[in-house]
Amino acid sequence: MKGLRRYLDKIKPNFEKGGRFEKLHSTFEAFESFLFVPNSVTLTGSHIRDAVDLKRTMSIVVIALIPTLLFGMWNVGYQHFIANGQEANLWQNFWFGFLQVMPIVIVSYVTGLAIEFGFAQARGHAVNEGFLVTGMLIPLIMPPDVPLWMVALSTAFAVIFGKEVFGGTGMNILNPALTARAFLFFAYPKEMSGDKVWIVDKPDAFSGATPLGDAMIGEVDKIPSAMDMFLGFIPGSIGETSTLAIIIGALILLFTGVASWRIMLSVLVGGLLMGLIFNLVALNEYMQIPAWEHLIMGGFAFGAVYMATDPVTATQTVKGKYIYGFLIGFFAIMVRVFNPAFPEGMMMAILFMNVFAPLIDHYVIEANIRKRRKRWQKAIN
Amino acid sequence: MSAEVKERDPLFSPKNRKLLSTPLNRDNPITVQVLGVCSALAVTAKLEPSVVLALSVVFVLGVGNVLISLLRKTIAPRIRIIVQLTVIATLVILVDQFLLAFAYDVSKQLSVFVGLIITNCIIMGRFEAFGMANKPWPSFLDGIGNALGYGWILIVVGFFRELLGSGTVWGYPVFEKIGLYNWGYENNGMMILPPMALIVVGIIIWVQRSRVRDLIEEN
Repeated sequence: MKGLRRYLDKIKPNFEKGGRFEKLHSTFEAFESFLFVPNSVTLTGSHIRDAVDLKRTMSIVVIALIPTLLFGMWNVGYQHFIANGQEANLWQNFWFGFLQVMPIVIVSYVTGLAIEFGFAQARGHAVNEGFLVTGMLIPLIMPPDVPLWMVALSTAFAVIFGKEVFGGTGMNILNPALTARAFLFFAYPKEMSGDKVWIVDKPDAFSGATPLGDAMIGEVDKIPSAMDMFLGFIPGSIGETSTLAIIIGALILLFTGVASWRIMLSVLVGGLLMGLIFNLVALNEYMQIPAWEHLIMGGFAFGAVYMATDPVTATQTVKGKYIYGFLIGFFAIMVRVFNPAFPEGMMMAILFMNVFAPLIDHYVIEANIRKRRKRWQKAIN
Repeated sequence: MSAEVKERDPLFSPKNRKLLSTPLNRDNPITVQVLGVCSALAVTAKLEPSVVLALSVVFVLGVGNVLISLLRKTIAPRIRIIVQLTVIATLVILVDQFLLAFAYDVSKQLSVFVGLIITNCIIMGRFEAFGMANKPWPSFLDGIGNALGYGWILIVVGFFRELLGSGTVWGYPVFEKIGLYNWGYENNGMMILPPMALIVVGIIIWVQRSRVRDLIEEN
């Protein structure tokens, strides 16, 4: 470690202003702060630097994603061998899934980071760690069979049009990972929906529909047992099948205080309420699915824990978080049940509310100002 | 722009040439003035309708601007909008009937958007800003220039949307001929949807502003 530090210090002047590789300054800085804690200090005024910087926040989210990633890898193998009627043990399942999922992860990271570095270089600002999480989220919400060039294309689209055109990390309106998924969903619907894509090398005779896919076409009795859906032994996008793994991740996020419990809770409440309303109306079989079962189907849990809580695109005010989360859950279930074009509504609901988040914040703040003004006027009179 | 052009200018004086060329880039109706965007989004899924609509607008705006310029001294200011509308509507009906007679398929594809040239803000905008205050010849150049500025954006957007969305150029299956599908390539369905036209126009604006730096607005 010390040797590495010394080496970095030795080559550093080359990247400073006036050095030989001045243009590559931000690339150098990114690698340096990836390897070591940056020793930058505040020079003027009395500012306090929090130990929890962007790098740590992002690392914690990535750690919280590991349970879903590991389970997802195993499940990709498990679904493949079951569909083909082969026996396989834990390691065979995992190894098959690992070989299938790892390329997607690598492609997503390489594409995204290359673009991030490029933009940072061109604009002369520091590369920041925002993409570490996005690069991990994108593979987790892809079907296991997705072609790699599509992953690369959608990642590029998401990073450029979801993030960089708005000014980079922290300025984006839409969640970049979901932007990537939405792009694929609309650009290549064949690869992103239906019953072909959720199991690798699926034989034609085997039904590979996700629970939501079954429910959509009215085959509600085909939905797997609640226990299977909770533990995740079902076909689906790589990281979203196991609610249990997601709960473990959620606990990590909540314990470290990285994600907002208000948003998670209100998403659940919103989804549950919409489910209950459907139970009351109960016009078709799909509406009769118990409300709580909606929470463990499809991407609902994954979206609630990792996507809705994205601090950049969510609302910032306390009241706003409740409204924002509630509407996400509410709309997700509504889209899911009502709209035959979208078997899963979570992606739409989150992107939709991302757009409205600033508006919600605006009105929450306005309401607060009005309330205080009234109080003040009363005190004066 | 709306300054009177002098009497004895040669036909293609620098000033007149400018009328023709500025709308192509620096004062482009779509990317700078942000007018006429709705039709740019609606008809550009394929190259052919984009070209046909572009040509229609060239005709309507070129001829219309001359007519308005000829009439400018006789139009009472209070009723000028309705007179302008009548001129546009007449020309658009001509275009529409022409298309129905000689290019029925394209006219079907363009459907309502030929009629909607009437409401294209670029046309009313040019009549008001230029035709009403200038002589016929400069008005003609201004009309053609603006219509071409609108048209080339349409054609570029139409080209890329058709190429990436359907894999063809003017109906010719380019990607199939070079065997791209055998490599696992698929057409991008989002390119055919109108939102993608907005993004393609956005890319054009991006490229343009990074080349013509003084178009970038200060906040």
